[in-house]
Amino acid sequence: MSADTLATTDALVIDGVALDSRLIMGTGGLTDLAMLERALVASGTSLTTVAVRRYAPTPGSGDSLYGLLRRNGIRILPNTAGCYTARDALLTAELGREALETDWVKLEVIADEDTLLPDGIELVDATEQLVARGFKVFAYTTDDPALAHRLEDVGATAVMPLGAPIGTGLGILNPHNIELIASRASVPVVLDAGIGTASEAALAMELGCDAVLLASAVTRAQDPVAMAAAMKHAVVAGRLAAGAGRIPRRRHAVASSPMAGRIAAVEAASIPRGDWPGVGDR
Amino acid sequence: MTTATLALQVNGEARTFPAGTTVLDAVGTLLGRELRPDGRAADGGSLGVAVALDEVVVPRSRWAGTALTDGQQLEIVTAVQGG
Repeated sequence: MSADTLATTDALVIDGVALDSRLIMGTGGLTDLAMLERALVASGTSLTTVAVRRYAPTPGSGDSLYGLLRRNGIRILPNTAGCYTARDALLTAELGREALETDWVKLEVIADEDTLLPDGIELVDATEQLVARGFKVFAYTTDDPALAHRLEDVGATAVMPLGAPIGTGLGILNPHNIELIASRASVPVVLDAGIGTASEAALAMELGCDAVLLASAVTRAQDPVAMAAAMKHAVVAGRLAAGAGRIPRRRHAVASSPMAGRIAAVEAASIPRGDWPGVGDR
Repeated sequence: MTTATLALQVNGEARTFPAGTTVLDAVGTLLGRELRPDGRAADGGSLGVAVALDEVVVPRSRWAGTALTDGQQLEIVTAVQGG
């Protein structure tokens, strides 16, 4: 697939919905709605996450997050952030479905607030129950290939393994596991959490992920709008690279210019050269 | 027997409403929006809120038909920034 046609023909299809961008940008981390809007637009995202919380009257202009997203035509993925049990997650998911009129939910069931790591047991339980209630579950999970597979088995619409704990910006701590999850899944795999900068978003795509979800990397960057644009390009670049087929890794140099026809004659035959096969290939 | 007023917890805060107040009335008051009986905004816009009464979701289509009673916990939620 050529780069020219990528944008129009390489949509990510989830639950029958085509998303033009494979970057899902969350809204967390910026309280300035005007800045958030500029960052979201710069990211090119067509899907964003929101949390579900108690309603409080909006001071000042009266602009709301919900209004902002509707105005820009960005699809909403409500999350269950802050839930520690399947029971809490179910109620939050039900409220999100009712408020935002979507049956998509980003399921987060966390174990503790120091790590914000998913609780695998509650996560599988909640996924099963939400699927039974007609939800399309985007399950935020650890980078455990066995757990990712289990979530798919109980009906998750997408599995979203973390690169690193939420908000750490540590990148992808276990690329091998992410690659394994992506290679075995038959539902979309979205790298979610841990991304700090653009090269890490590109790596996620190169490892075979179908999309990248990030928020803090953009919203807490010094220049959120510039970082949003960087992420947009990174995800496209990573996707293209994944499809392009990288060269094998080699221990020794391989000249890309022809050896024949050089004007300075050297005793080339006497100089050992590299290109020893099989070293570090992948 | 009915009392003149209802005392409820709304989003964790004590509020009183006239007897006979429905979920629809309460939501309209709290949002400062005029609502149609089907639970949608009279101006056709989206509300973007959901309601739980004693930890059970009340779909908007049932707001008008659900009367509040003394001592209930009413939660009204909306979308906020989150990853």
